[in-house]
Amino acid sequence: MSAASSNKLTADLLRPLLETSWRFYALVVFLAGIVLMGLGTWAYQMFNGFGVTGINNPIFWAFYITNFVFWIGISHAGTLISAILRLVNAGWRRPVTRCAEVITAFALMIGALFPIIHLGRPWLFFWLMPYPSSRLIWPNFRSPLVWDFFAITTYLTGSVLFLVLPMIPDFALVRDHTTGLRGRIYGALALGWQGTPKQWHRLESAMSIMAIAIIPVAVSVHTIVSFDFSMAPVPMWHSTMFGPYFVAGAIFSGIAGLIIAMAALRKFLHIEAYLHPVHFQNLGKLLLMMSLLWGYFVFAERLTIWYGNGSAEIAVLRVTQKGSFAPLYWTMVVVNFVIPVSILSIRKLRTITGCVIASCGVLVGMWLERFLIVVPSLGHKYLPYSWGVYRPRPVEIMITISTFAAMALLYVLFSKFVPIISIWEMKVGEQETHETALQRTSRVLGELHP
Amino acid sequence: MSAVYALYADPESAQRAVNGLQAAGLSHAEIVVMSGEPFEEQPFAQQDKATWLWYIACAGGLIGMIFSTWLTRMTELAWPLQTGNMPIVAWWPNLIVIFELTMLGAILATVITLFITAKLPRRTPAFYDPEVTNGKILVGVENPSAASVPALERALMAGGAAELKRR
Repeated sequence: MSAASSNKLTADLLRPLLETSWRFYALVVFLAGIVLMGLGTWAYQMFNGFGVTGINNPIFWAFYITNFVFWIGISHAGTLISAILRLVNAGWRRPVTRCAEVITAFALMIGALFPIIHLGRPWLFFWLMPYPSSRLIWPNFRSPLVWDFFAITTYLTGSVLFLVLPMIPDFALVRDHTTGLRGRIYGALALGWQGTPKQWHRLESAMSIMAIAIIPVAVSVHTIVSFDFSMAPVPMWHSTMFGPYFVAGAIFSGIAGLIIAMAALRKFLHIEAYLHPVHFQNLGKLLLMMSLLWGYFVFAERLTIWYGNGSAEIAVLRVTQKGSFAPLYWTMVVVNFVIPVSILSIRKLRTITGCVIASCGVLVGMWLERFLIVVPSLGHKYLPYSWGVYRPRPVEIMITISTFAAMALLYVLFSKFVPIISIWEMKVGEQETHETALQRTSRVLGELHP
Repeated sequence: MSAVYALYADPESAQRAVNGLQAAGLSHAEIVVMSGEPFEEQPFAQQDKATWLWYIACAGGLIGMIFSTWLTRMTELAWPLQTGNMPIVAWWPNLIVIFELTMLGAILATVITLFITAKLPRRTPAFYDPEVTNGKILVGVENPSAASVPALERALMAGGAAELKRR
C-alpha cells in the first residue's frame, strides 16, 4: 500500500477520534438521560418491589427474560460472524469485524444484566455465582440457570479478548498520532506494541485459535439459553429443536443489528469510502438466508405441535395464532419473513436502505418472537385454572427502552475513543488487493510472453 | 540504549536491507524489523514464525476440562442430594459446564501465551519510531558496536532507505 493511501486511510479512520462536534455531545446527553431514567426506574422497582411491574403469577418471566434472550441473541452479531468470516478469510470482512465484535461485547453485558434486574434483591446477585455457601453447599450444577452463568462468562471473556487483541496495534497507531494526556492513555493501552514480525505473527495465530474456539462457544451460549426453556415441561417449550431454533434466531437478529449499526456509522462518521454498498449486499444475503431458515424453523415447530394435537400445546398455539396474541404473532411473521424475503431476494432492492428497512423489521420481529415464546406459554400451562394474563407496566417498558439507549450510548462512546474500523487490517486488505493485481498482471504477461 | 536504523517505504526495500545486514554478518536475532502492518509474504516476516501456541491452547483446554470435571463431580458428591430423578453425578448436564470451562481454558491459555511471547505489556519501548505507524518499515540493529556502525549504515542505505537514523 502506498504511503499516501496509507496516510489517507489513517486520517479518515482517526478523524472521529480527533474531531468532536456538538452533535456528539448532544447525542451523548440525550442517550445518557434515557439511561439515567432507566436506572431511576430500576431503583424505584428495587425500593417498591416487583408489585410495581406487571409481573405476577403465573407469568414471572415476561419482559425481563424476553429482553435477556433478545440481547444475548443480538450478541451473536459480532464475534460469531467475525470469527466465521475470519476463518474463511473473507476479504470483505475487514471493515465489518470490529463494528460487529463491539455489538457482542455490549449486548452481552446488557443481556447479562437482565437476570439481575429480574431479582427481587439484586444486591445479592453474587448468589448466582457458582461458589460454596458458608455451609460449603455448592449451587446445583444440574440447573440450567447455572449453565447460563458458565456459558455467558466464557462467551463474554472470549468476545472481549477477541475484540481487544486486534485493537492493540491500532492503539499504538493512535498513540503515535496524539500527544499529551491522550497520547499517554493510548500509550498505556498499546501495551508497548512495536510491530515486530514476531508480535504480528503471534497476534494473528492467537486470533486464528480464538476464532476456532469462539464459534462453538457462541453456538453453545444460545443453545444453553434455549435450555432455560426446553428443560421445563411447559407447553411449547419442551422441544428438542429449541437449541438450533434459538441459535438461528440469534444469528438472524444479530445480523440485523449489525446492518443497522454499520449504516449508522457510515452515515454519521462519514466512512462511506470504507463501508461500501457491497458490504451491505453481502450481509443482506446472509440476512435473507437466515430469514428463510427462521421461517423453516417456525414452520417445523408449528407443524409438529399442530399435528401432535396435545391439548395444552394446542391452547398456546391457538392463542398465538388466533387469540389475543395473534396481532403480535402475525406482525412477527410479516417483519421476520415476508418483508425481508421480499426486499432481500430482489437484487435491485438489496441496497443499503433496503437492508436497513429489513433489519429494523427483523429486530422488532425477533423481540416479538422471544416475547411470544415466554408469555403465552407461561400464561397457558397444563391446568386451565392457573392460566393468567400479562400486561406490562411503565416500569418494565422504561427499563427496556433504556437498555436500547444504553446500547446506543456505549456504541457511540466506543466509536469516539477507538477506531471503529480496524486500521491495520484494512491496510493488510489493501496490501492483498495490490498483490492480487500484481499477480494477475504477471500471469497475463506470462501468458503473453511465455 | 543505542541503535542504528533506517525507514523504508516498501517491504521489498526492507527485505533488501535485511539481506544486506545478514551479508554483513548479522544473525536474524540481531536484526530488528518493525512495521505498522504484517507482511506475511516477505522472508523477514518468516523469522520467529514457529510457535507452540496451538499446543499451549490445547493444554489450556485440557486443564479447563480436568478442573471442571473435578469441580462438577466434587460438588455433587459433597452433598449427594438427588435432583429430578437424576443420578448424583449427572454427566449429561455436567458436560455443559465441562465444555464451557474447556473452551475458557483454551482461550485464556492462548491470550496469556500471546502476551508472554510477544513481550506484552511493557512500557513504551525505547527502540521505536512513530513513523512505523505511518506506513514505514523500520530495519535496524540495537546496541551495535561503534566499529560496526559504518558498515551497518552502508548495508541499510544499500537497501534503498528513505531515512537513516541513529539513536
